[in-house]
Amino acid sequence: MILLDPRPQPSRALALLSPVIAIVLTLVAGGILMAAMGKDPVEALSIYFFQPFKEFWLWLTLPPGEAEMWLYTPSEVVVKAIPLALIGAGLAVCFRANVWNIGAAGQYTLGAITGGWIALSAPDGASGIWLVPYLAAGALGGMAWAAIPALLRVRFNANEILVSLMLTYVAAQLLDWLVRGPFKDPAGFGFPESKEFQDGFIMPVLVGGTRLHLGAVLAIVAAVALWLMMTRTMKGFQVRVIGAAPRAGAFAGFSQDRTIWFALLLSGGLAGLAGAVEVSATVQQLQPQISAEYGFVAIIVAFLGRLNPIGALFGALILAVSYIGGENAQIMLKLPKAVTGIFQGMLLFFLLACDTLIHYRIRLAAPGRA
Amino acid sequence: MENFFFQMIIAATPLLLAAIGELVTERSGVLNLGVEGMMLMGAVSAFAVANSTGSSTLGIVAGAGAGLLMALIFCVIALSLLANQAATGLALTIFGIGASGLIGQGFVGVALEPLAKLSVPFLSDATMLGRILLGHDVMVYLALALAAGVAWFLYSTRGGLALRAVGDNHDSGHALGYNVIGIRYLATMFGGACAGLGGAYLSLAYTPMWAENMTAGRGWIALALVVFATWRPWRVVAGAYLFAAVTQLQFYGQDWGLPVASQFLAMAPYVATILALVIISRDVNLTKANAPACIGRPFRAER
Amino acid sequence: MIRKLALAAVAMLMAAATPMMGQAAELKVGFVYVGPIGDFGWTYQHDQGRLAIEKEFGDRIETTFVESVPEGPDAERVIRQLAASGHGLIFTTSFGYMDPTLKIAKMFPDVKFEHATGYKRSDNVSTYSARFYEGRAVIGTIAGMMTKTNKIGYIASVPIPEVVRGINAATLAARKVNPDVTTQVIWVNSWYDPGKEADAAKALMSNGADIIMQHTDSPAGLQAAENAGVFAFGQASDMIQFAPTKQLTAIIDDWAPYYVERTRAVLDGAWASQDSWKGIAAGEVVMAPYTNMPDDVKAAAEKVAADVASGAVHPFTGPIKDRDGTERIAADAVADDGMMLGMDWFVEGVEGDLPK
Repeated sequence: MILLDPRPQPSRALALLSPVIAIVLTLVAGGILMAAMGKDPVEALSIYFFQPFKEFWLWLTLPPGEAEMWLYTPSEVVVKAIPLALIGAGLAVCFRANVWNIGAAGQYTLGAITGGWIALSAPDGASGIWLVPYLAAGALGGMAWAAIPALLRVRFNANEILVSLMLTYVAAQLLDWLVRGPFKDPAGFGFPESKEFQDGFIMPVLVGGTRLHLGAVLAIVAAVALWLMMTRTMKGFQVRVIGAAPRAGAFAGFSQDRTIWFALLLSGGLAGLAGAVEVSATVQQLQPQISAEYGFVAIIVAFLGRLNPIGALFGALILAVSYIGGENAQIMLKLPKAVTGIFQGMLLFFLLACDTLIHYRIRLAAPGRA
Repeated sequence: MENFFFQMIIAATPLLLAAIGELVTERSGVLNLGVEGMMLMGAVSAFAVANSTGSSTLGIVAGAGAGLLMALIFCVIALSLLANQAATGLALTIFGIGASGLIGQGFVGVALEPLAKLSVPFLSDATMLGRILLGHDVMVYLALALAAGVAWFLYSTRGGLALRAVGDNHDSGHALGYNVIGIRYLATMFGGACAGLGGAYLSLAYTPMWAENMTAGRGWIALALVVFATWRPWRVVAGAYLFAAVTQLQFYGQDWGLPVASQFLAMAPYVATILALVIISRDVNLTKANAPACIGRPFRAER
Repeated sequence: MIRKLALAAVAMLMAAATPMMGQAAELKVGFVYVGPIGDFGWTYQHDQGRLAIEKEFGDRIETTFVESVPEGPDAERVIRQLAASGHGLIFTTSFGYMDPTLKIAKMFPDVKFEHATGYKRSDNVSTYSARFYEGRAVIGTIAGMMTKTNKIGYIASVPIPEVVRGINAATLAARKVNPDVTTQVIWVNSWYDPGKEADAAKALMSNGADIIMQHTDSPAGLQAAENAGVFAFGQASDMIQFAPTKQLTAIIDDWAPYYVERTRAVLDGAWASQDSWKGIAAGEVVMAPYTNMPDDVKAAAEKVAADVASGAVHPFTGPIKDRDGTERIAADAVADDGMMLGMDWFVEGVEGDLPK
């Protein structure tokens, strides 16, 4: 029987240490798993976890001319992390408000659809300034989709977890219908995809030779802005109070309904923005698959970041490393994808479990007495 | 039409099994979003055991056992160590997809005899109702029996009372002397076992084979069903059949020539759930009488 | 001194970061798969092709695969990682990998790329596909002769030309031997969902179809047909174990001959960019053994397969009208590849929706 004794105060040391403990545990368990699969555990884990960091270090230290090639993998980690961080930061605020938006994947899809609608209906030769209405449309699309669970929750008390989740499937079907119908490229041999976006709608690349794009800046700005909002403004205070103790919030005159609207529109808007950013930066056209599962993964990101918008940046990077590590493990170690899924699952289990240490001491006791 | 309903019952069964288990889990105040992962582990374990031993009974047991073990992982992390339940459940699904793929490697492309259909002499064929309701395999009826059992347990036994008390208000449940964590462990593991059975139904009866990711999102539908049913066992049964009917309409509708794009038919079940959810949730009493108030909230005994 | 140490450390890291250099294999061949190798369908068959080249060339080559790579942003990175880690020949096996393949190919001019089912090529990117519609003509013939209800049920995945072409080829062949045949199409809107594929099969059977064809990846539809006592055809692999008494034949995607040929070309230094679209004659489309049918049907099927292979018969020989009555192919003309690659209309006798 596992017993938890609360600490008088959250441990600052463990707040920093707990991810380290989690990673050590994952390395041990992962090492056993790799050994069981007949791989050298040290080599396997170093490819899985440290390859991007190694290459980043090489980029920093090698002379110009040799260094550039090593930037690609680290930059890809960031590219992968951008949508996760954008969605995760919004969800962190949303969850803090005790509002459970599980359907960010649908809002992400809607953002891609509404942004894509602007991109596909713009006149030829559109310049880069069009990115502004494009991204705005993406954010509005996500907000509109999130407004449905907000409205149904406030007006009819419908559970937002389920409404937002169901809308994810609806959004996926809507995108599917659009790219096979109204948005289909007439010159595309009937394949389900839109025309490619014009240059004006492509996110600018920050570093030549990589796909590192402006979205990275957006993600950092969003995270910092949300962090400031949560810690320095009245609105952030309201969100935290309503989230932690709705009755106390009501007593203080804060409206729970308005907080629900705020939390859902904010997280939906960021998810929609992420959808527009991702489509513009990487696939550059609409197609049935636009990685909407980021909306689900971002839930984990928000919790890895301890529901702190800046923490979500780090959570996104951890997840991105584990995804790219999984690909590298398939290429370099010839491990099947299933193993990388198990490994990722373990990493998340340990990370989630170890955060308990911040607030509690763990004691093992004989079963039978609670 | 007859086939439509017959097929609807089959399509509803994995949803019903997984949802009735999740209902018990949620009624105890735990939200486990890992149903999809537990179903997949149930599916692969059931197939592996049934294929190796030749016994579908052992396969069914293995499916339930695998789901139960998955739920145990969830319990340790989310109930004992108080990690967030939504995130833990999602991680469980990622883990389950991976682990089931690995276990199933050797079983791809292997066929299995489908679970035997029961037949009641004369009655099975005589009437249309007989043809629709009778002549299914044993798990179809097991699912219904399970729903009946859960309904009886929740509302007619002391254990059920304790379970609901713990889910509605864990602090007062604890004050009454209930072992909150113990009850939630049991409820969650029961939910896992049922999800495993749902997976086993897919790999043993519905489409008797193993293929990676063969649940294709049914775990998520089961989660929707529980809320759709406002946490009532018999409504879960009705909801599962309704949901399956709408899914079947996607196919029979094309056959009957319904003039609607198939994507919109595919959307229909989800839109229907949202609408039903709205109708049910409008009545505060209706929701309050059924919804476990403590759902998703961690509990730690103070004493 | 410190600088030397740093350089040594860098050298060590580089050695570690550049994996598996200096191994014995002459050529590393990479594969990018859209599904899991355990799908027993499209990806499974490509992986069988990979195993075939391993068997053919032994130690001379080394193969790598990355499975379940979504057709989105991840594809580009995976293809690049394969190219950067010393793979000299890379097969990208899904339509959605087309643009990423071309983009990476431009960055790695010495690496040869082979993209399945696409239409964009460059100096180091070839495209390849197989003429599966030839196999559809064979199964259409069998279905036309075997059906009692004159209704064929067709489980279709998504309405792209590849799938539409298969439906048309099967229907034309069936109506050639039995003008009363109609083909009922049900879209599953997915390549892979065993439960829904089975449901679609059952819906078709309940509407009177007594022959089931499928253009989806799992054996579920065939298996459902077996359990209902209805004849059906396998897809991608020989799926006889799923329907021992009801599988008539299966259209097998056999990538092995092509993969062996292209790998040999790279090893011999003879690889050149090309577009390959071969069928029964080249052994890329293989008919599984004809089972569970009378001898005359079997003979007719064999004759169609032989005629298509020899070129004596083209499955799309005019006059062909679409189901609105517009003539699409004139009498005695045959469809050219361009028309077949863009096919977005149903021939007469096909029932069901065709999303535009």
